[in-house]
Amino acid sequence: MPAEPVLEVKGLMSSYGATPILTGVDLSIGEGEIVALVGRNGVGKSTTMRCLIGLLRASGGTIHYRGQDVTRMSADERARLGIGYIPQGRDVFPRMTVEENLQVGELIGGGRQRSRMDLVFQYFPILKERRKQVAGTMSGGQQQQLAIGRVLVGGPALILLDEPSEGVQPSIVQLICRVLRSIRDDLNTTILFVEQNLDTILSLAERGYVMEKGRVVARLEPRDVSQEGVRRHLLL
Amino acid sequence: MMGNLFSYFYQFADVFSFLVLSAAGLAIIFGMMGVINMAHGEFIMCGVYVTAATFHAGLPLPLAQACGTLVAALIGMVLEVVLIRPLYNRPLDSLLVTWGLSLVATQGTLVLVGSTFPGIGTPGGGFEVGGYGFSVYRMVLFAASLLVLAFVYLLFMRTRFGVHARAVMQNAGMAQALGVRRSQVYALSFGIGAGLAGLCGALYAPTMSLIPTMGASFIVEAFVTVVVGGSSVLLGTAPAAAALAIVRTGLNAWYGQIIGQIGLLIAVILIIRVLPDGFSGWLAKRES
Repeated sequence: MPAEPVLEVKGLMSSYGATPILTGVDLSIGEGEIVALVGRNGVGKSTTMRCLIGLLRASGGTIHYRGQDVTRMSADERARLGIGYIPQGRDVFPRMTVEENLQVGELIGGGRQRSRMDLVFQYFPILKERRKQVAGTMSGGQQQQLAIGRVLVGGPALILLDEPSEGVQPSIVQLICRVLRSIRDDLNTTILFVEQNLDTILSLAERGYVMEKGRVVARLEPRDVSQEGVRRHLLL
Repeated sequence: MMGNLFSYFYQFADVFSFLVLSAAGLAIIFGMMGVINMAHGEFIMCGVYVTAATFHAGLPLPLAQACGTLVAALIGMVLEVVLIRPLYNRPLDSLLVTWGLSLVATQGTLVLVGSTFPGIGTPGGGFEVGGYGFSVYRMVLFAASLLVLAFVYLLFMRTRFGVHARAVMQNAGMAQALGVRRSQVYALSFGIGAGLAGLCGALYAPTMSLIPTMGASFIVEAFVTVVVGGSSVLLGTAPAAAALAIVRTGLNAWYGQIIGQIGLLIAVILIIRVLPDGFSGWLAKRES
């Protein structure tokens, strides 16, 4: 019997005001998988992520996390269950130090487990060097490392990551991809990420889902995660 | 010479402590939640009345003042849950509700308690410097204002609650997505803001006549300090209070109380013309 999925989404719908954005998103992600959510601009990828963490209300469908229905839960309840969310644009707290930003993330998973600040500093040594620096004064790449570290510090079982390569120089994107793979390998953390950058998708994803017009229209199996396979869906 | 110098310091300390104590609670609620609490004066009045009532019931003054502070804080937390919480992100509606609350509190006190209430004598006596007489209790108020600033600094900069509160202040949605319970932070912040208003009333209770509309005598200074200080109580309230106290003390000394009050308001207009986001906005911009 296959293991219960970490995240199972069925028929997810949502809208901004009267405008429907998601019209039926279906996803299923098992423990320790790294899965990409791809599609052209404006198809609802980031909206899906906001719905999954609870920052946007679902108007239909269900979201199950480790078998528990979280569809009606608030964002803070979902985070305390162990879902970490890294938004597009990072959204670090700009007037707080690196260390204070990381302290906020300690609540993920309920704040019961030991802080993983040392582990975060191992993955991203720049954060240790700059632990007293105000986050708003850091570069885009450093802020992205901080945003990932801020989630990692709480020990999430599932990470939702929206456009990790956006506005980040290629060498830092490579570092981030390496760290995300290590997180999965070392901690068995499940990762769902949204991405437009083909190189990032190829270096990170094991399989994926393709979105169009607010719904999932295709699955990318491991054999499809190739230059040609992904490009076909991104350029359709 | 010594007497004159101390007299200026004393007057500065008196105005500074009045501005800090009356504005701290309002600044926390506005800075944290964006709520313009029009009932701020009535939380101060609550602190005054509870302090006076418990003092007359036999409690020593410091304990009575603690009661005034706690009752205002508890009422604040309950009102946040019942009235303010449904109005998150609706600043005009929350302004209207708190204004209504202020009218109900003032008129309710008038109906239930009457137009006056027995006061409390100012404790502590006086002391002399260079032939001038000064009140010990006014110095206690100055020390209390410094303690309030230290308390607010430690609360927001050195505690876990402070880290979460500042995260909510900077990006409420993101803080929630990291597990911070926004409603809990808001309820506590409103309670702390109301409690500091109650503390202000409790501390000034021995210095004033007790009437239901007494909140109004604090509200103008509280609002101008918050406007000049900006949305951050940490960066704004102390420098705003110091700047306004210097202006007012100087004008009071040379031209009298009325010119002092007019000068204070003109200074506010000039400062917000130059620094539209107040001192804290200017400091935050410099930092970034």
